[in-house]
Amino acid sequence: MTRQMTGAQMVVQALKDQGVDTVFGYPGGAVLPIYDEIFQQNDIRHFLVRHEQGAVHAAEGYARSTGKPGVVLVTSGPGATNAVTGITDALMDSIPLVVLTGQVPTFMIGNDAFQEADTVGITRPCTKHNWLVKETDRLSGVIHEAFHVATSGRPGPVLIDIPKDVQFASGAYTPPAKADLGHYQPRVKGDQAAIEALVALMETAKRPIFYTGGGVINSGPSASQLLRELVDATNFPVTSTLMGLGAYPASGKRWLGMLGMHGLYEANMAMHGCDLMINVGARFDDRITGRVDAFSPGSQKAHIDIDPSSINKVIHVDIPIIGDVGHVLEDLLRIWKARGRKTHKEGLKQWWADIDDWRRIRCLDFTPSKKTIKPQDALVRLEALTKDHPNRFITTEVGQHQMWAAQYLGFEDPNRWMTSGGLGTMGYGFPASIGVQVAHPDALVINVAGEASWLMNMQEMGTAAQYRLPVKQFILNNERLGMVRQWQELLHGERYSHSWSEALPDFVKLADAFGAKGILCTDPADLDDAIMEMLNHDGPVLFDCLVEKHENCFPMIPSGEPHNKMLLGENADTSSAIGNTGAVLV
Amino acid sequence: MNALKIKKGATSHSAYNLRSNFSDTQEQHTLAVVVDNEAGVLARVIGLFSGRGYNIESLTVAEIDHEGKRSRITVVTTGTPQIIEQIKSQLDRIVPVHEVHDLTVEGPSVERELALFKVAGAGEKRVEALRIAEIFRASVVDSTLESFVFELTGTPEKIDAFADLMRPLGLVEVARTGVAALSRGAGA
Repeated sequence: MTRQMTGAQMVVQALKDQGVDTVFGYPGGAVLPIYDEIFQQNDIRHFLVRHEQGAVHAAEGYARSTGKPGVVLVTSGPGATNAVTGITDALMDSIPLVVLTGQVPTFMIGNDAFQEADTVGITRPCTKHNWLVKETDRLSGVIHEAFHVATSGRPGPVLIDIPKDVQFASGAYTPPAKADLGHYQPRVKGDQAAIEALVALMETAKRPIFYTGGGVINSGPSASQLLRELVDATNFPVTSTLMGLGAYPASGKRWLGMLGMHGLYEANMAMHGCDLMINVGARFDDRITGRVDAFSPGSQKAHIDIDPSSINKVIHVDIPIIGDVGHVLEDLLRIWKARGRKTHKEGLKQWWADIDDWRRIRCLDFTPSKKTIKPQDALVRLEALTKDHPNRFITTEVGQHQMWAAQYLGFEDPNRWMTSGGLGTMGYGFPASIGVQVAHPDALVINVAGEASWLMNMQEMGTAAQYRLPVKQFILNNERLGMVRQWQELLHGERYSHSWSEALPDFVKLADAFGAKGILCTDPADLDDAIMEMLNHDGPVLFDCLVEKHENCFPMIPSGEPHNKMLLGENADTSSAIGNTGAVLV
Repeated sequence: MNALKIKKGATSHSAYNLRSNFSDTQEQHTLAVVVDNEAGVLARVIGLFSGRGYNIESLTVAEIDHEGKRSRITVVTTGTPQIIEQIKSQLDRIVPVHEVHDLTVEGPSVERELALFKVAGAGEKRVEALRIAEIFRASVVDSTLESFVFELTGTPEKIDAFADLMRPLGLVEVARTGVAALSRGAGA
């Protein structure tokens, strides 16, 4: 027998039946009936943010650190439009989210009613799918289908727009087991013939490389395990995109570090010089490829991706394998073992010797200063003092600090690193750290930030304070929009157009105003003590680390250049590189 | 600052790499897309084309299965072979899309378009218009003493040809449906 209930009750029931225990949101007129139901139950915790964008980023942090979909509840009109940046961010980085928006009553839709916006129209291009539910009877089924769509195939955000009269009206509740999930069933198993063809190439490749991405993380922890087994068994080097950090441990012997525009020299040189590139769950993003017509010119390329539209979008590949990374790696490993675990040992030996030459460049070396804190130094110290923490999570904002964090912090496990890669959303990191901390109350959650990015969602200090979330905001404060400034220095004749942070707040007083702890650090000699003070404080901390104002982030592939034309920092030892590899270091 | 010597070249000033596609040959393809007939589905398909910068030469859409709530969208598009492949994969990942068929590569197909032509005139021009309409097997669906409305079905090329002939004979207005297409033979 079907249960009758109101639409608002259905929302709460359907979320419970989907195993949801946490919702990030902000109330308003068009979602009042749902908030009334949330008030009358204790199974789902609702976290009140201070801006809807914060709710979406918090849900992203929750989703990325748990592997479960994040849930957002906001009102119509401005509630929905404020969520758009976060939703787009989740789409670009393939993060599963279910966003519930209130809508004006069905009979008022199209009348320019108060707080009306065409939410499904606005979010159509920035969601994986969205629904406007006009009948209460359909509501619970749509919610179940929404969770299915958000989490299967290439994950992504979905949105359900629920008019207020649909929330008030009664209808029949459909439990998840009886819901029609539609025909959306992406293929997860890779084509066996293609996998065998890849194994055959792996057996003879002299200069192979694994190029891994966020797809490995999204495929679940077992995919990371399989990747580790495969990398270690084959002795192939492995690099990763910004999104994929942690799938292979940073302490691993075969780890080359991140690749791409600010990737490590050895990773980019290996990508350029390889003869077999195995792309595992990455998408040849333009920050990775640089100049596409000179991208890894001598290699055969295989691409494992669950999304067929990623295949041949940017780079032509020789062996496309459409499927879930975990499933494909399992088959790949099994077939490779069954065919006798063959690799080209001689070739690999020389390949590793080449890589070791590139590593000797020490592309991340910098000169620590006794007078001012170098941002790299701050991260090196942060890493030293936190890397042994049993439960550390890092989020970032967007800019130089983000790239330095990716370069200088090491990730041993997946789901430990949350950063806005595709969309590059300044203001992502702070609310994301809140979402991570909510999911992992006892963990050490640090948001590595720049002062300009951090200010974009600083209102979430209220959220951190209200829920006593001990998130550590590690702000590398150079009083500049550092990455913009860097590009202006290198490419726009040092004309620093609007790239400085004027009228900055006193971050210590700001923390104080929210009842949080503020720490100011200006002297390299105080850095360790100050970081320890941050770590030992049980509560939210704003760490204002005043760093060198004009530091540039290297290595760097200038756009329009291939991987072997990197700019290196002053400290890199380039003498051997030019001699050994013939690389042109511009 | 010795590390900062960058060529002040054209490409370096963009944050993006202005890439060329793998092949420059432009091809025209006719795609048949079977979708759930639900609110917004056409907007999803059109939004994909506009959002990603693909071309639409012609587009038709109508419900084809009332019981099963299915519509068929026929899109004629142009692009390089890689872009055509992208369009198909991108269409296929829209959740309410059930099938994407590239009729141009999946074997022989028939394409038809229906058009209405209003031609006004008198005397010899009017007689000539009617004579050409007979040659094209267009039918007269409306007539006054000064005008005809012709109905013509055929390939887009046939309709183009007819329009070219009618233009000097007093063509006032044209309405075209866009292409509907099916594969030849017994299979779906």
